[in-house]
Amino acid sequence: MSSDSSRAWLATRAPIWRALADTGERLRLRRRASVDEALRTLDNYRGLARDLATARQQLPGSGITAALESIYAAFHALINRPPRNTRAAIAVMFRSEIPAIVRSLRQPLLWVSLLFTLSVAAGWLLIRTYPKLIGLFASEKMIEQVQSGHLWTEDILNITPSSILSVRIFSNNIVVSALAFCAGIFYGLGTFYLIALNGLLLGSAFAFTRQYGLDGELLNFILAHGLVELSIICLAGAAGTALGESLIRPSGASRRESFQQCTARSGKLLVLCALLLVGCGLIEGFISPDPGFPFISRLIIGVCYWFVMWAALTGRLYGQAPRIAAT
Amino acid sequence: MADATQPQPADPDRYVISSATGVDVVVTLAGTGSRSYAFVIDWHIRLLTALAWFLCTALLINGRIALRGLAPSKTYVFVALLPAIAIYFLYHPILEIAMRGRTPGKRMAGVRLIARGGGAPSAGALLMRNVFRLVDSMPAFYVVGLIGTLISSQHLRIGDLAAGTLLIFDQDRNVKSLTQLGAFAAHSKLDAAALDLLNDVLARWNELDASNRRDLATTLLLRLDAQAKELPLATLTEEAVKSRLLALLSSGAAKP
Repeated sequence: MSSDSSRAWLATRAPIWRALADTGERLRLRRRASVDEALRTLDNYRGLARDLATARQQLPGSGITAALESIYAAFHALINRPPRNTRAAIAVMFRSEIPAIVRSLRQPLLWVSLLFTLSVAAGWLLIRTYPKLIGLFASEKMIEQVQSGHLWTEDILNITPSSILSVRIFSNNIVVSALAFCAGIFYGLGTFYLIALNGLLLGSAFAFTRQYGLDGELLNFILAHGLVELSIICLAGAAGTALGESLIRPSGASRRESFQQCTARSGKLLVLCALLLVGCGLIEGFISPDPGFPFISRLIIGVCYWFVMWAALTGRLYGQAPRIAAT
Repeated sequence: MADATQPQPADPDRYVISSATGVDVVVTLAGTGSRSYAFVIDWHIRLLTALAWFLCTALLINGRIALRGLAPSKTYVFVALLPAIAIYFLYHPILEIAMRGRTPGKRMAGVRLIARGGGAPSAGALLMRNVFRLVDSMPAFYVVGLIGTLISSQHLRIGDLAAGTLLIFDQDRNVKSLTQLGAFAAHSKLDAAALDLLNDVLARWNELDASNRRDLATTLLLRLDAQAKELPLATLTEEAVKSRLLALLSSGAAKP
């Protein structure tokens, strides 16, 4: 390209590029575009591709090329923007995708549940054999309260209102579940550690309270919310284990791709887990510490909520959904 | 023979995305420095906003600004404390989703998030990226995340790996400089490369160091303006040098 023609090219195209940059930014901020706008954007995209190829050849490393790269990238993003239908996507996620994920996680779920059960048993045995080791799992204040014949949960409502307690509990549980999932990045070991630790804590708490005849009260406290809460922690652990497996035995072209695919898939399950944990937090804040609820009511609430969870995880809560295979 | 219309692959900080037109999209990956800079700005914004909210609402509820001795009433918790905590912890996910991969800090640092396909990341990907802050922030001060960005070829923290996102540089400045370029090209006698160089220098004039920009402008004048050798360039003021460059840009021949 001669000096004159390159100057003429710049003189005619530069104002167009500037206008296209503004158009691209305007379209980026909008949710919808008309058919005419979409077709015009495609034409502009092709025109930009031609200009960029010319600029790369004639003016490599220049500001003009950098500007064109930027506008071209913006148009590329516009052209390849996936269609938006949030409501339908959420419906599909809850009705089909999550049940498929849960089906694919059956094996890790079994292993994680086994690990949790064994950890509970280990915690129980440990404290029954060496009661002094309870200091490893419980604070001094909690130990003193149990030794004086009172469960640490007894006066909880006198200190904190139920609503505040609920928010604190469900936010903490959501963080624990998210951590159990994310810790799978350490080849699953981080997840196993968290699951085992939670199991040990539960087992040791029961063994310790049993020594003072308070294990029944502890069960009474846990029953309404614990069934779902512990199941969710195991589910998050199973998702974390799958994450670790995706790194150990990559299913994609590379470890990174395999990890990313697994995260995108299992992450959807975390959304449901978080919602269920909000329910658990409300039960734990309003029902569990309230002595007005008898054992049988707690049992019914706990079991019913567990069935709600099961129905949500299998998709039955939203009616019959087409089965899709987990990828 | 290498195709000059395609980007050269040697630069490790460049990420190439295939396109249907056959002309690949090239973006420049942001490094640890830009990432940290954006984070520090965002951290200040969210901390100050959360603190301002907390102090103002605490003042309204209790009639005094105090962090201690406030009764844990429902109003205090739900109006003052929880929103402040939410502002601090939900700043990144909410703003990244609302601003499609940007935050005020990222905007100031000139960086933004994109998906590996080149588009804006989905809400799910951005949420996942933020969930993984739990790991990236371990054991303290984002040590895991920082190490990740230092050792990975694309400067990714674990959250980016999980979500399939990339932090790239925005090149808006170059786009803005196109405004004048068309008008200059229509009247100038300089070739496209010289036009681009002069336009770039003038666009960045205020950001350049005063002594450096004078030297740079003088060098450019000597190279591009035949009459410049006859001028006492050393005695010309900075403004005079700049206006001579402008004249050169708009006509191709500076006035004596």
